Amino acid sequence: MKIDVPGKVEGARIGVVAPLGMAAPRASARPAPAASGADLRLRGGRRLRERAIELFLLANGSAAVLIIGLIFVFLFKEGLAAFRDIQPIQFIGGQENTPTYDPELDTFTETRQFALVWQPVSDSPKYSLLPLLNGSLLVALPATLISTVIGLLVGIYLAELARARVRELAKPAIELLAGIPTVIIGFIMLTVVASLVQSITHSHFRLNAFVGALGVSLVIIPVVASLTEDALRAVPEPLRLASYGLGATRWQTVSRVVVPAAVSGITAAGILGFGRALGETMIVLMATGNAALITGNILSSVRTMTATIAAELGAVARGSEQYHALFFVGATLFTITFMFNLTAEVIVARMRRRLRM
Amino acid sequence: MSGQTITEQPGPPTPVASQSKIVVSGLDAFYGNVQVLHGISMDILEHQVTALIGPSGCGKSTFLRCLNRMNDLIPGARVSGNVLLSGLDIYARGVDAVEVRKRVGMVFQKSNPFPKSIFDNVAYGLRLAGVRNRSALEERVEESLKDAALWDEVKDRLNQSALDLSGGQQQRVCIARALAVKPEVVLMDEPASALDPGATTKIEELIHDLRSHYTIVIVTHNMQQAARVADFTAYFYLGKLVEMGPTRQIFTNPENKHTEDYITGRFG
Amino acid sequence: MEAKIDKAPPKAPEPPSRRPDYSGLIMTSLCRGATFLVGGVLVLLLFHIARHGAGVVSWDFLTKAPVEGMTAGGIFPAIFGTLAITILMIVLALPLGAFAGIYLVEYAGGGLLARLIRAAVNNLAGVPSIVFGLFGVGFFVLFVGRNIDRGLGPAGRSAIEQALGTGGGAAETGILFGQPIMLWAAATLACLVLPIIIVTTEEALSAVPQSHRDASLALGATRWQTVRDVVLPQARAGILTGAILSVSRGAGETAPILFTGCAYFLPRLPVAELFGVIPMVNPLDQFMELSYHIFILATQSTDSQATLPLQYGTTLVLVALTFMLNLTGILLRFVFRRRLARLS
Repeated sequence: MKIDVPGKVEGARIGVVAPLGMAAPRASARPAPAASGADLRLRGGRRLRERAIELFLLANGSAAVLIIGLIFVFLFKEGLAAFRDIQPIQFIGGQENTPTYDPELDTFTETRQFALVWQPVSDSPKYSLLPLLNGSLLVALPATLISTVIGLLVGIYLAELARARVRELAKPAIELLAGIPTVIIGFIMLTVVASLVQSITHSHFRLNAFVGALGVSLVIIPVVASLTEDALRAVPEPLRLASYGLGATRWQTVSRVVVPAAVSGITAAGILGFGRALGETMIVLMATGNAALITGNILSSVRTMTATIAAELGAVARGSEQYHALFFVGATLFTITFMFNLTAEVIVARMRRRLRM
Repeated sequence: MSGQTITEQPGPPTPVASQSKIVVSGLDAFYGNVQVLHGISMDILEHQVTALIGPSGCGKSTFLRCLNRMNDLIPGARVSGNVLLSGLDIYARGVDAVEVRKRVGMVFQKSNPFPKSIFDNVAYGLRLAGVRNRSALEERVEESLKDAALWDEVKDRLNQSALDLSGGQQQRVCIARALAVKPEVVLMDEPASALDPGATTKIEELIHDLRSHYTIVIVTHNMQQAARVADFTAYFYLGKLVEMGPTRQIFTNPENKHTEDYITGRFG
Repeated sequence: MEAKIDKAPPKAPEPPSRRPDYSGLIMTSLCRGATFLVGGVLVLLLFHIARHGAGVVSWDFLTKAPVEGMTAGGIFPAIFGTLAITILMIVLALPLGAFAGIYLVEYAGGGLLARLIRAAVNNLAGVPSIVFGLFGVGFFVLFVGRNIDRGLGPAGRSAIEQALGTGGGAAETGILFGQPIMLWAAATLACLVLPIIIVTTEEALSAVPQSHRDASLALGATRWQTVRDVVLPQARAGILTGAILSVSRGAGETAPILFTGCAYFLPRLPVAELFGVIPMVNPLDQFMELSYHIFILATQSTDSQATLPLQYGTTLVLVALTFMLNLTGILLRFVFRRRLARLS
């Protein structure tokens, strides 16, 4: 079959080649595709079902929002109800008759003092939050300090320094540590570590804030380490390459380029760790001694907000003053950790936006 | 089949008064505020292969996706204008994009078979349509695999994973999968660009054979491929349709200087 | 005028010598040391528990009930209760969390609602466990429970009790749901693990290549059909991993269940027979639980020396349980991530 190719035989230039399937199109007796006549473009029933499914999924999705909202509402509803019976000032301190000893006169005189005491079960119940805040901070701050330092070192090791084989073993190990129930860590602190610490420090209280802080660190270190590692891994590789290209050693690259670039993520890790430390319940309940004192001595027995709720909620009557006071403590705790989480999230969001060069 | 010289083209038989399967008029497409298609108007004839060519970023893939409303899935995408499939505007109010896609199938650039068996891949669309009868499914699957020129190679291992096949075979599974639902139009977005020459040839032969039962629109950056495979060619540039006509004419005697420049490789 | 050359000609620059990076070596060792310290603590901990608990754990220990004021016997009821509560928890949390994850990834895109939900999930993950306990008491037990009781009335309450075959006399006391029971403890735990499930589901779904969704949609499938037939089969393993990790977490948490249903000693197991025929766990009953048991044994037993062996034994069982679950979850996640990397 000779075909006339008119004009410029540019066909050759483009290299129009060879024959394709020159055989006649396969003659099978297949029916042609369905005629496009009947047009039911709009399938009502199916569209309705799809919409229903989407709404169902949306409802499930909103569950998380609903729950956090309910927590917020109920906590504050029951907590603020405390103000029906308790003056706000009482959450700071209350008037109390304290006997003071006058050495010159060798007498006890009763003076009215503004006492910062948490003692809901007494003739004149006192609801000062300050001892509880003191306790929570006295445990959470040292714990966060220890955990941030160690967690940072571990995070750097896992992200930048460890060989792949080591990393594959170490990372799950750290995660497994995070998976140990806190009640067991509290148990070990209570049974073993407290005595150990006491024999070293000769502290007056066997169960004290320091023991609690140690236990809490065990739980927080994996959190900080893991978040730090994520933050470090998020630093783009080109930055490292540039540093190496300029002749820096590995540690110099890590300390001068990578870590500074990840500083917001690391800060966020620390903040989240602190929030977590404040919220820890079982370890402090079992290992800190539960004496509601105001003190700066880390070897003193303390009581945290969380332990207070856990220790007293079982014994209150619903609707009583103490019941509402406990909810108020819970609401305060929730607000504080919420603030810290929010701050950490904002920092992380800002870091992500900045690194999206 | 041998002995044909380079100057001869195995052109298609003269079209028998083909009807327009798809009529596009004044199609504009936007991603957010950026306009990517400007006033495209063209007729795509039934039982013909129409190729869309042009340099990267000229809008040909976007245009292709407008024909089966896959563009709807991109957030911020918007179109205006008409696309008539067999006389019915697929962008009219109340039209269900899902139904459109049952009639206008698509084969993607990088083959994407599901991690299921070959049989389940090809039968996927049929099961969606409600076909449950095992023997009906088997019959249609065999038919589609034959159409895709893959039956002989896989007929003994239909239950094996489609991912175990070579690249070219996977792409033919995807073609079979698209054909199984008997669409009226098959859109192909650079179907052979990720394949080696041997597999590419098979795909091109396939396209040639499918013409008799389907209308095919193929995007390709490979002009030789367009010349080999297509009855009609449309040249796109920067979101505009520069020229469209019978392939032979476009490649040998284009009306537009710009087209000629692209064809002869002066740019792109 | 000639410039006086009073400076000595510049010396040729010395080739840079690489002295060992001392500070780098020290810091690297410090980092390595810290990691091995942490790992060492973990090993020490487990070793210590195993050493003191191994002698106590026996077949009898695992299958019998405690006797003699908890100083002897076994912990079977606590094991049973732990299994019951975690199963109930996962039944409540998994569908809810998985569907929420599906919504977030497949339907919501990046809109305001999606961001709101994700923010809520993040915040839920940061709520202290005792606050969940407060919520469980204040909302589930006292609000929902009491209202259900009120709605059921004496007739409804005794009907349910009849059906379960428990003769609790709730018709008179007026309290069936409005007290600490397994159901509410499970619900509280479910709220706690919900973020875990949602996040792992999101991860699993996002790992499915978009090209598969495109292919399915191009064949005329609806969004739900695509999710059901193409995406979910691939994401199942990941979602399962999330469930396993949640179960491990739920089994280890104590604070949320302190006041929502847990008890130290119960004379019988929380079971019932539906219509007198079908044996089932009774969610309207109280239950014993491993972590709670350890807590009470350690802090409130009358003779802590005598119960010490039991404390270690129970601890060993709980650690073994959570450890195995965690390990399985971590391994699964590893395998599943590797498999998906190969696919895409």
